[in-house]
Amino acid sequence: MVDMAVIELSRLQFALTALYHFLFVPLTLGLSFMLVIMESIYVMTDRPIWRVVTRFWAKLFAINFVLGVATGITMEFEFGTNWAYFSHYVGDIFGAPLAIEGLMAFFLEATFVGMMFFGWDKLSKRQHLFTTFMVALGSNLSALWILIANGWMQHPTGSRFNPDTMRMEVTDFAAVIFNPVAQAKFVHTVSAGYVCASVFVLGVSSWYILRGKWVAVAKRSFTVAAAFGLASSLSVVVLGDESGYTLTDNQKMKLASLEAMWHTEPAPAGITLFGIPSMEGRETRYEIKVPYVLGLISTRSLTGQVAGIDELVVKAETRIESGIKAYDAVEKLKVNRTDLAARAQFEEHKLDLGYAMLLKRFMADPRAATPADIQKAAWTTVPNVPVMFWLFRGMAGLGFFFIAFFGAAFYMASIRRFGCANGFCRLFMRAAVWIIPLPWLAIEGGWILAEIGRQPWAIDGVLPTFLGASSLTIPQIWTTIIGFTALYGTLAVIEVRLMLAAIAHGPIEDHVPHQPAYPAQGEARFQGYAALPAE
Amino acid sequence: MVPPIDYETLRVIWWLLMGVLLIGFALTDGFDLGVAALLPFVGKTDEERRMVINAVGATWEGNQVWFILGGGAIFAAWPFVYAVSFSGFYLAMFLVLAALILRPVGFKYRSKRPDPAWRSRWDWALFVGGFVPALVFGVAVGNVLAGIPFRLDSDLRSFYEGTLLGLFHPFSLLAGLLSVTMLVLHGSAWLALKIEHGAVHDRAKRFGQIAAVLSIVLFAAGGVMMATMGYGFRMQGAVDPAGPSNPHMAAMIAAPGAWLDNFSAHPLMLLAPLLGFVGPIIALVGIRARREALAFGGSSAAATGIIATVGLSMFPFILPSSIDPASSLTVWNASSSHMTLFNMLLVTLLFLPIVLLYTAWAYKVMFGRVTLQDVRTNPDFY
Repeated sequence: MVDMAVIELSRLQFALTALYHFLFVPLTLGLSFMLVIMESIYVMTDRPIWRVVTRFWAKLFAINFVLGVATGITMEFEFGTNWAYFSHYVGDIFGAPLAIEGLMAFFLEATFVGMMFFGWDKLSKRQHLFTTFMVALGSNLSALWILIANGWMQHPTGSRFNPDTMRMEVTDFAAVIFNPVAQAKFVHTVSAGYVCASVFVLGVSSWYILRGKWVAVAKRSFTVAAAFGLASSLSVVVLGDESGYTLTDNQKMKLASLEAMWHTEPAPAGITLFGIPSMEGRETRYEIKVPYVLGLISTRSLTGQVAGIDELVVKAETRIESGIKAYDAVEKLKVNRTDLAARAQFEEHKLDLGYAMLLKRFMADPRAATPADIQKAAWTTVPNVPVMFWLFRGMAGLGFFFIAFFGAAFYMASIRRFGCANGFCRLFMRAAVWIIPLPWLAIEGGWILAEIGRQPWAIDGVLPTFLGASSLTIPQIWTTIIGFTALYGTLAVIEVRLMLAAIAHGPIEDHVPHQPAYPAQGEARFQGYAALPAE
Repeated sequence: MVPPIDYETLRVIWWLLMGVLLIGFALTDGFDLGVAALLPFVGKTDEERRMVINAVGATWEGNQVWFILGGGAIFAAWPFVYAVSFSGFYLAMFLVLAALILRPVGFKYRSKRPDPAWRSRWDWALFVGGFVPALVFGVAVGNVLAGIPFRLDSDLRSFYEGTLLGLFHPFSLLAGLLSVTMLVLHGSAWLALKIEHGAVHDRAKRFGQIAAVLSIVLFAAGGVMMATMGYGFRMQGAVDPAGPSNPHMAAMIAAPGAWLDNFSAHPLMLLAPLLGFVGPIIALVGIRARREALAFGGSSAAATGIIATVGLSMFPFILPSSIDPASSLTVWNASSSHMTLFNMLLVTLLFLPIVLLYTAWAYKVMFGRVTLQDVRTNPDFY
């Protein structure tokens, strides 16, 4: 039987370290591309002010980047330390994108980031722009590969269980890589990172404009952020919706639970704007619904059914029953690999093997399950509906808010209203400073939504989360939870302080640059710009 | 589709690639670890320490990827090894990770404030970030050679029965110290190569000489201890090198002294321990003769030889189990599937040359000794 305390602690630890890691990643994803844009303008126009702009944001990028790298080290090993059975069970498939991520993405960003910081006067302008671009490409490719891994957990295509090795093995590598869930997740996640960086740059620039400091730098940064943010916020909402909610039973369950849709409705189903979902009563009270919309969005048709929770639970019951037969066959094959009858039985039921394992939460041997046990296990396939329901509304609400916000910012940048002597403009700039934390809330909420929504599965339909953990003791896990929390907490305080100090310091350079190998045109003029407090 | 290379060959290739990764890590990030461990001792003033930090500042980050890729590649090619070792060495892994986390932050944040107390704290954090991983990696290797207390059940779930303190016994401590001296030697050779002549350069060379001598002594002592302690495991009966990755399908036993078998069966393998001895000697000669490139070549050869010795002595074992030898993980029973090994080989053949190419470019761009003048005037220096 499983010690649920170990499982809950392992989940807590993974959630803490992953959520913490993802405080830094989105800014890296977005800011790296914004640096490419700023530096491209510098290279194309040859105007030194853009060098100042680029170098200033690169300084903030660096402070953030190191913590993304530092906390990423933990993630690469945490599957092994805390989720050993998961690692063994699916490593044949799941390990590949992680290794490719290292080979294709980490090396790229980590090697070029050194040249980006240290190479300003060792490289020509174009070479330096190239290194900046490689950093952006590397960090975004890293997001691609980790989301291919995560996408496979949500929709495990291209693989099968092998009873000889007692694990999942790859059958179609291309299907794993071109997994539609992964593609959708990638676009959604990196776009969210771009929004995050845009909000950050816009907020800091607005603060400068309000204070009348570094206005020349701030106005230009504001403009870049407004344009990049508008495109990204549109992308995050429009493409976020393409998450493949109809592909698997678990994805369907995720959709049903984030909509708190307990029963299947006649097509096209309506969308719930407000309601109070209750797990006990298995109902949603005080619903306010808009007809047709959910069916239209999620099935792209007037006739497509959106399955309700009830219907999916009944389906899970039949899959558990079938899974018990697969489990029985595997146990027989363990004893005798050449048992042909058992192999045939396994082949017939293998797709449901994971469902039988849901019973292991209640009993050591799923074959001993009664119909009541099966029903109980089937209901464990429903994630926490109220949490899903509200997280989704929070995340989606923020998504729409960012579109409006960047729409306004883009309008202001277009008509160049930075004077801000009065009214709306000033109010907007103040708001831009205060909303800096919001994209992080939306992003972390989105991660929780995706991962809580996958429960009880670690790998959808294949391996329940509670079976994936390492065989650790509770004190061991507490030691690392406390250790990481203390270390990460200290580093977070230091990071935020350094960020604020760097922002307060502004784009002045501490040292006088010595003669560079490739002197920029108008180097003297650039000195003047850097010292220019306001326009 | 059946991959065009047979399963057995692929497993050996991936065993070699795992060695390439570990050696790649030791040769690149190894000197960063050594440099960090030396930082408070070879640099006395703030400017001297900044010279030391900037000697690795622009390239250490790319080097560290060898370690992260090591994790990823073992996950992909040897998922069993990834699962059993990291969950088994749970608290030791935590120590390594916590120490390594201090490194990127230390490099970057130290220079952000002029306050001497702030800088001194980061210097010691960087020391921990270099010394602790170097020590724990060696201790872990010592434990692998001695056998790890884990067993597998019929679902192939692994259960580890050791403790954190149990990892530290005379043999593993010796391996840990060897790992430290080997990487400190490599780090001082790098500093000798990368820093302008002066106080720091001279101190680095002094530490390098001590580390070279200690590496030779500890490597020899390790060999003697391995022979006398009776470590070793052996496969028994028929083994199918192309069989399914399932340890329950072949018999393995503890066989005292068996770690020396490979060397007597294939005397050519003795080149690895020979390199482990000749490397530090070359490094020593190089340092004394002011031939810094030769010294760095010698320290690289030392790390290569020492790591290869460990791998070759255990082949085909990767993680032997001390409490249940039948659960031991070997090249024949712990790999990914035939298809995954093949696919990952293609990916590696495609990307590794590209990685090496731009890494070489990065080193070329950053070529040249770090000078006190740089530290004083370059606004981009840490």
